[in-house]
Amino acid sequence: MTKLSALWRQYAPTIVLFLLLLATWQAAVTFSGIREYLLPSPISVWNALWTGEIAWSQHLWVTTWEIIGAFLMAAGVGVALGVAIAWSPLLANALVPFLVFVNTLPKVAVAPLFLIWMGYGIFPNMLMGALIGFFPVVINTAVGLSQVEADMLDLGRVFNAPKWKIFLKIRIPNALPYILSALKITATAAVVGAIVGEFVASQRGLGYVIVTTQSSMNTSVAFASLIWISIVGLVLYGAVVLLAHLWAPWAEGVD
Amino acid sequence: MTRTLIDLDRVGMTYQAASGPVEALAGISLDVGTGEFVSLVGPSGCGKSTLLRIIAGLRPATQGTVTVAGRKVDRPIADIGMVFQQPILLKWRSILDNVLLPAELAGKDAGSLKPRAHKLLDMAGLAGFGDRLPRELSGGMQQRVSLCRALLLDPPLLLMDEPFGALDAMTRDDMALELLRIWGERDLGQEARKTVLFVTHSIAEAVFLSDRVVVMSPRPGRVAADLRIDLPRPRTVELRASEAFGRLSLDIFRTLTGRSEASTTQWSA
Repeated sequence: MTKLSALWRQYAPTIVLFLLLLATWQAAVTFSGIREYLLPSPISVWNALWTGEIAWSQHLWVTTWEIIGAFLMAAGVGVALGVAIAWSPLLANALVPFLVFVNTLPKVAVAPLFLIWMGYGIFPNMLMGALIGFFPVVINTAVGLSQVEADMLDLGRVFNAPKWKIFLKIRIPNALPYILSALKITATAAVVGAIVGEFVASQRGLGYVIVTTQSSMNTSVAFASLIWISIVGLVLYGAVVLLAHLWAPWAEGVD
Repeated sequence: MTRTLIDLDRVGMTYQAASGPVEALAGISLDVGTGEFVSLVGPSGCGKSTLLRIIAGLRPATQGTVTVAGRKVDRPIADIGMVFQQPILLKWRSILDNVLLPAELAGKDAGSLKPRAHKLLDMAGLAGFGDRLPRELSGGMQQRVSLCRALLLDPPLLLMDEPFGALDAMTRDDMALELLRIWGERDLGQEARKTVLFVTHSIAEAVFLSDRVVVMSPRPGRVAADLRIDLPRPRTVELRASEAFGRLSLDIFRTLTGRSEASTTQWSA
């Protein structure tokens, strides 16, 4: 009972504020006579969420895959590059300037090139999300791998431990909280990338739905699409937080 | 006289800093016998910690030779246990797995060393803490874990670099007693005991623990004095109040301050 009331005390302000905003919004639309295509009412957005006019499940499916693919690619490539940089100074010297250059590039501007090279489809949009989201993973992986006490490394040298063992048993677990922290950023970036990709070139997906509503002035569908996108984004973010809790409970409260 | 375990012959260390070469250690000649407990005291920056790392083979000496157990040291030697000022435990590993780390790093079968790890934890008063994470333990307990870790592979030589320096005064005195008990001053003869080289800032700690106290001069570190501590073992808390204890502490204090600016250097006695 006390636990329930504690939960209530924590979340009640958010819920109350949210409901209040919705009510104000609805009242404003109803009483001001503002046109539906300029600002749809919450009720018409709610209806649009479930409308049969849009094949929501299909679009949701496509965008979700793009986001998951983008996230996994960014995580995989990011960790691999981070390990490479921390493993060898030679690789670090070769890779870092190049990576910094790629990171300064406005990734959105590359999207039209992806269309030329790969045409329409899920994959180029995944790639866009990965491109936007991989950099923090590289940096945090490399930093986490190198933030090991000098005394701990001396201990490894005393026992003549090979380099791979130091990585496996000391450096990589040490980097885990850093990597998980970067993945929270990547989770958001993957969503942005997938939607940007769909804006530029797509025939399906939630971003595509938003683009089509521009011509039809079906604003409530655009709002509905936004809500679906944020639900996917929130679920992915929650999954990363859960992963951090399971994999690195010892680092809780660090970031 | 016991067998010599560590033999330092005119060991010197000069390193290159941005401002030019810095001489950290100069002409250190020192013998440490098997089973001896030797403390190194000296002002900050006199190279005590560097000397410890040179003996471990972690840093090369730039002059002279270091011999441990009859072998010239030119790379890290495995037969040592090291304890640092910080416990440096792996925070994602349980206490037991932290103690077992040296076995894994050295490529030995950690599973077969589990009973020994448990025995060491029991001996250090940490029975039942094996499954805990480091952050659940106090600083003093964590430092005892790092002592257990150093003892896991039963090294004949323990190198301790200000191991109690980060602890509060009361915990520190407790740990000194614990260390002597684990070292086995009561039950083991000198030849069976581990050789300990103990770096500290505290004169009282050095006198209380050691068979010998080596006093080092400010940089470049040299051996300023080498005093035998002929106090009876096992050492007790009462010993700290004895006249002999006070006289030895004063001798060391005078040696230290006589060679440096007494008014600008503070000593924890």
